[in-house]
Amino acid sequence: MQTTTVFLTLIALCVVGYYLGRGRSLSLADRAGGYRFLHSLPRHYGYMAAAWVAIPGLLLLILWSGLESRILYEVVMAQLPESIRDMEPSRLALYYNQILGYARGGVGAAELNEQQLAAAEYYRDLSATLAWLKAAAVFAVALIGGALALRRVAPAVRARNHVEAIITWLLFGCSLIAVLTTMGIVLSVLFEAVRFFQIIPLDNFLLGLEWSPQIAIREGQVGAEGSFGFVPLLVGTLLISAVAMFIAVPIGLMSAIYLSEYASQTVRSLTKPVLEILAGVPTVVYGFFAALTVAPFIRDTGEFLGLTVASESALAAGLVVGIMIIPFVMSLSDDIITAVPDSLREASLGMGATLNETIRKVLLPAALPGIVGGVLLAVSRAIGETMIVVMAAGLSANLTANPLEAVTTITVQIVTLLVGDQEFDSPKTLAAFALGLVLFFVTLMLNVIALYVVRKYREQYE
Amino acid sequence: MNESNHSNTARIEASLKKRYARETRFRWYGRAAVMAGFVFLFVLLADIVIKGTPAFTQYFIEVDVHYDPDMLGVEMPASEEELYAAYYGGVIRDALLQMFPDVSSRSQRQELFGMISLGAEYELRDRVVNNPSLLGTRESVWLRAASEANSYLKGQVDTSLDEADRQVSDRQIEWLDRLRREGRTDARFNTLFFTAGDSREPELAGIKAALYGSFFTLAVTFVLAFPIGVFAAVYLEEFAARNRLTDLIEININNLAAVPSIVFGLLGLAVFINFFELPRSAPLVGGIVLALMTLPTVIITSRAAIQSVSPSIREAALGIGASKLQTVFHHVLPVAMPGILTGAIIGMAQALGESAPLLMIGMVAFIMDVPGGVTDPSTVLPVQIFLWADSPERGFTEKTSAAIMVLMGFLIMMNGVAIYLRRRFENK
Repeated sequence: MQTTTVFLTLIALCVVGYYLGRGRSLSLADRAGGYRFLHSLPRHYGYMAAAWVAIPGLLLLILWSGLESRILYEVVMAQLPESIRDMEPSRLALYYNQILGYARGGVGAAELNEQQLAAAEYYRDLSATLAWLKAAAVFAVALIGGALALRRVAPAVRARNHVEAIITWLLFGCSLIAVLTTMGIVLSVLFEAVRFFQIIPLDNFLLGLEWSPQIAIREGQVGAEGSFGFVPLLVGTLLISAVAMFIAVPIGLMSAIYLSEYASQTVRSLTKPVLEILAGVPTVVYGFFAALTVAPFIRDTGEFLGLTVASESALAAGLVVGIMIIPFVMSLSDDIITAVPDSLREASLGMGATLNETIRKVLLPAALPGIVGGVLLAVSRAIGETMIVVMAAGLSANLTANPLEAVTTITVQIVTLLVGDQEFDSPKTLAAFALGLVLFFVTLMLNVIALYVVRKYREQYE
Repeated sequence: MNESNHSNTARIEASLKKRYARETRFRWYGRAAVMAGFVFLFVLLADIVIKGTPAFTQYFIEVDVHYDPDMLGVEMPASEEELYAAYYGGVIRDALLQMFPDVSSRSQRQELFGMISLGAEYELRDRVVNNPSLLGTRESVWLRAASEANSYLKGQVDTSLDEADRQVSDRQIEWLDRLRREGRTDARFNTLFFTAGDSREPELAGIKAALYGSFFTLAVTFVLAFPIGVFAAVYLEEFAARNRLTDLIEININNLAAVPSIVFGLLGLAVFINFFELPRSAPLVGGIVLALMTLPTVIITSRAAIQSVSPSIREAALGIGASKLQTVFHHVLPVAMPGILTGAIIGMAQALGESAPLLMIGMVAFIMDVPGGVTDPSTVLPVQIFLWADSPERGFTEKTSAAIMVLMGFLIMMNGVAIYLRRRFENK
């Protein structure tokens, strides 16, 4: 039986449980002398019964579905002779995948040998049996849960409190998903990264000046090692982020100052939403714009001025990342500037300072920590930006600080390493997770520092 | 005393002009910054609209075809299978050669046949299969022009360039001009763009498969992110005790909101595809990853909406004996719903435009068929844009821009609904 069918049947059982629970409570109430002798409303007894059908059934279903393929793998492998089980992990995986492909249909029998065909037959039988077993087990626990709940239905049972406790736990569970996600990210990235560092030493990665993740296909090929020096990627990422900040910070900050201190209410209410459209444009659109419009424009301008500009220059990618971040810097700075107490403003203006003197000598120094925090958040955005750089920045890792040359970034390399077929034991694939770890760690640090700085700043004026 | 006072005033007056000039300049810097933002936005949108608009028209070429059974390779009362397998390319080639009898050499023929799209054969096939009585007759049909001929007819080819530097040869230009003079070319609305899946031929490529993929992915995202996000917000606002665990949850939510989207893709790859062995390239996994990504947005906006519900409503409900859960679900949530929905729509808009994490979980495949469910291999609109933007064929540039216009249309619609809801909410 398919998992979906099992799931839908379980839902149907829930509905049945609801009506049985409700009916039972009503008949018990009749016997006791009427509706008013029930502690809770009849529907609460129904909910209780339904919950006891659903919870054990669903838990078992999720657990079983998670483990099913692992169990199948182990059992099928145990059937195969020793010589096959001792193969290299990557070849073994391929071997097993062929069995799977045939058993599920899709791969023709011609690609498999006798042994694999037998294993595939075995797999098919086993998975059919397991599917029936799964359905039987799930329904059994669901029915037992439901029966126990129904037996408990009695006028004195506090069914509403019971159901509400279950729902409160459910709410708590939902709020835990955020923690689980973070843990999932850290663990998955860390786990693969550790495997990477077992192959490539940590100091080679952190201090190496060359990045070329190609691994030899034949043994003994020249340059077979592949070098995983992370420095050129870091420099490329920082170069593009620097260009982006060079665009976004002055424009974003000045716009925020102008809109909050100079512009009339009408101008402000018309201008802000329009500029915020820039934040809503999907990054893939910016990427297209960068690759097909900005990059050729910059190259042609450069040629006109007698400069050699790479067609995938860091300048083009950085410029567009900067445009994307303008609204982000603007709204953060706007929040910060409006948080500066009016007393400071009024004192300065009262002393005869002009508005721009007030802004430059009073407001900005007072708002500086907050603005720094905002800029850090923007930097973390720029570092983590993917699509624009994938489409407009280069692939080869050049160690350069010249924005007219092509550089590559951490995110570009993660995408290039992971798009397409992956082998989960080659350092090439694992390197992507090591880069992901660095990316996660760097952006996390920037965010923590920035949020701390901004909070300290807010507290100062509260 | 009086003397120094006087000189101070004089000094201030002397400096005033400079200070006022600086004030004016500063104000102009501010205006320039705002204007720069406007210019960027305008150039971006104009660039896309200008590049994308031509993709909505497609040129057709009128050709007199003869459904010659010999050429098609079928016997006269032909079965449906035979008609499916017949050689319609030959019919088209024959018709073209009759219109241009002076074409002789092999390379010239190649150029001539290259003006008609490869898809035209299938359009002819469907015509004949639907109406087998056409067999053996002659009729004039409008055939889809190939990408290069199409772009010449739209006037996108610079004829002053050297022949080797452009996609259309001198001879093709001559033929196309003649066809145009004879009224045998026609520009029509390109419906195929909305009814076809991806294709290697730009003139046959459409966004239907990607739209369905986006729909399924967003559906999964919404089904997961909305209830989980709202429940989490309810818990944090109404039930959570002020303790370490709650602080940990809140810090996590705030940090997740700032994690780069590509890291969620790594999570999806390692956990859902490698560990749980869910299918690659499927909207199911894409939806789960995007749900985890948009969850912080939904939680944060829902919390704000729940917070803004007046305490009097809670107190009134509690006062007449409702339990805490009843208060929340029967009274607080309905009042907060417009705000919550606004947040959810903004989160969905984010998810609709997102592509980086989906690259990690294999949603970059070449998908021609419309996916029928959440486990079928599919791609989404932003990834389709990415794939087309990467294609070397010139014809895909306008398709990319057109797909971007469709995507932006959806985003504007979603944000419009969100703004409308927010306005109504604020008016209450």
